[in-house]
Amino acid sequence: MMSQGAGARGSSAPMFAALIVVGLVAPFLVYPTFLMKVLCFALFASAFNLLLGYVGLLSFGHAAFFGFGAYVCGYVCKSLGAPPEAGILAGTLLAGALGAMFGALAIRRSGIYFAMITLALAQLVYFIEVEAPFTGGEDGLQGIPRGHLFGLIDLSNNLAMYYLVLAIFLAGFWLIHRTIQSPFGQILKAIRENEPRAISLGYAVDRYKLLAFVLSATLAGLAGATKAIVFQLASLTDAHWHTSGEVVLMTLLGGLGTVLGPSVGALTITGLESVLADKVGSWVTVIMGGIFVVCVLVFRRGIVGELRALRLGRRSQA
Amino acid sequence: MSTIFGVAPQMLFGQLLLGLINGSFYAVLSLGLAVIFGMLNIINFAHGAQYMIGAFVAWIGLTVFGVNYWAALVLAPLLVALLSVLIERLMLRRLYQLDHLYGLLLTFGLALIAEGVFRNYYGVSGESYDVPEQLQGGVNLGFMFLPLYRAWVVLAALSVCFAVWFAIERTRLGATLRASTQRPDLVQALGINVPLLMTLTYAAGAGLAAFAGVLAAPVIQVNPLMGSHLIIVVFAVVVIGGMGSILGSIVTGLGLGLIEALTKVYYPEASGVVIFLIMVIVLMVRPAGLFGRQA
Repeated sequence: MMSQGAGARGSSAPMFAALIVVGLVAPFLVYPTFLMKVLCFALFASAFNLLLGYVGLLSFGHAAFFGFGAYVCGYVCKSLGAPPEAGILAGTLLAGALGAMFGALAIRRSGIYFAMITLALAQLVYFIEVEAPFTGGEDGLQGIPRGHLFGLIDLSNNLAMYYLVLAIFLAGFWLIHRTIQSPFGQILKAIRENEPRAISLGYAVDRYKLLAFVLSATLAGLAGATKAIVFQLASLTDAHWHTSGEVVLMTLLGGLGTVLGPSVGALTITGLESVLADKVGSWVTVIMGGIFVVCVLVFRRGIVGELRALRLGRRSQA
Repeated sequence: MSTIFGVAPQMLFGQLLLGLINGSFYAVLSLGLAVIFGMLNIINFAHGAQYMIGAFVAWIGLTVFGVNYWAALVLAPLLVALLSVLIERLMLRRLYQLDHLYGLLLTFGLALIAEGVFRNYYGVSGESYDVPEQLQGGVNLGFMFLPLYRAWVVLAALSVCFAVWFAIERTRLGATLRASTQRPDLVQALGINVPLLMTLTYAAGAGLAAFAGVLAAPVIQVNPLMGSHLIIVVFAVVVIGGMGSILGSIVTGLGLGLIEALTKVYYPEASGVVIFLIMVIVLMVRPAGLFGRQA
C-alpha cells in the first residue's frame, strides 16, 4: 500500500555479511535467551511485512499462524516424542496449510474487509485452541523438550540453541529477500501499486495474493514453532489478537516495506517490553498503544524508512 | 413436562432472549461501524473500547458520584461522544488523505490505550452494576419468565436502531449525510460544512456504542476486556451482513444473536465459534455479504 519501491538495487551481500557477523558475536555480548526471542519475532514480522509491505494486504490475524506453528510443534515434540527438527517442520507446514485455507477465504474481499476477515478467522482458531483437548487450555503446552537436533546437537545448551535460531532466521530472511527481488516479487509490488492495471496486464492477481499469503503464513509458523522449542512453551498468548497487533506494530515502527525494518522493529519492541516489564508492569499495553498512535500520526516511514529518507536527502543535496 | 427437541422451554426461551440481547448489541455496534465507515472511510477499531468506556462511565457514575442509571444512559454517550470529537479533530482528520488502513491502525492503538488504562485501575475480574429499581423483577408469560430489564434492553436497542434508520433515510440531515458519503466534494461546493458533518458522524457512532455499553452494564459484568471480545464478533457480523444497508445490519445482528443462542442450547461447544463459521460460509457462497454490493 504505502511505501517506497525496492530501494537501491545493489548487491545485498554486504548486508547479509554484516547480519551474519553481528549474529555470531551477539550472544557473547547480550543475554542469548533475549536474542532468541528477538530473532523469532524478527522472522515473524518479516513474514508479515511480505504481505503488508509488498502486497498491501493487512492481515490482522497473523498470530493464528504463529500460535498454530507453536502448538503443532509442541504437540509433535512433546506428545509424539519426535525430534525438534520434525516438530519445527510439522509446525511450519501445517501453519502454511492453515494459511492456504485462510488466504483462499480472505482474498475474496480486499482492503478493510480483508483485515476484519483475517482477525475473525484468527479468533476462530484461538477459540479452538482454548477448547481443544490437546492444547492444554489456559495453561498451554508446557515443558516441550528441546531435544537433540538430528540426534546429535544437544539443544538444552543455550548457545547451540541460539545458533540454530540464528540459522533459521537467516534462512527465512534470505527467502523473503529473494522473493521480493524476484519477478514474482515485482508482480506483488505491481498489485500493491495498481491492482486493476495488474489484472489488465493479464496477471492472475488472486493467485499471486494467495501464494504470498501462504508463504507469509508458513514463515510465521516457522517463527512460532522455533519459539516453542526455545521457550519450551506454546501458549494462548502466541495466538491472541494482541500478538497480531504487536507484529503490526513492529513492522510499522521498523519501517513498512523495507527489508530490515521489521527486524529493527522487533528488536525495539521486544527490548522495550523487557526493560519496561519490571518498571511499569501492566502499563506496557498503554505504552504500546501510544507508540501505535505516534507511528501512524507522525512516523509512518518507520525507523529504517526515515534513515533511508535521510540518506537519500543528503545524497541529493550533495 | 413438555420439551422442545429435548430442551425445557424455559431454558430455550431464556437463551433466545439472551441471544436477542446480544443480537441487539451486534446490531447497534455494526450500525455505528457502518455509519462511520460510510462517512469517514475508516473502520473504527476503538468501537469496542467506546462501548466499554460507556459501561464504565455508568458504573463509576453510580458508585462514585451517585448518578443513577437513567442519567447515565444520557451522560455516558455524551461524554464518549465529546471524547470522540477530540479524537476525530486531533488525529483521525490527519489520515483522510491516506490509505484507509491507517485509520484502522490508529483506532487500534487507541483501543489498546483505553483497555490498558482501565485494566490498570479496575483489573479484569469485572464489576457488577445493579439493575435500576424501576426495572427489577419480571412477568410470567406462561411459557417463560421475562425479566423486565432484559425486555427493556431489547426494546431500547431496537428503538435506537430505528431512530438511526429514520434519521438517515427520512430526514433532511440524513439526505445530506448520504450525499456526502457519495460525493463529499459536491456537497461541500453546495455550502455544507462536510468536515463538521464528519466530526458529528464519528461522535454519534461512538455515542451509540457507549449507549449500548450502558445498556449492557446490568446484564454482563463491567469489564475492561468486554469491548475487544465484542468488536471482533461485530467485525464478523459486518463481513456477513455487508455495510451497504442499515436494515441489513439490524437484521444480520439480531439473526446472528439468535443463531448463537440456539447453538448455546443445542450444541454449547460451538457457541463461541458459530458466528465465525457462518462468516466462512458466507464468504464462500456470497463474498460481498448478505446485504452488500459487490465491490
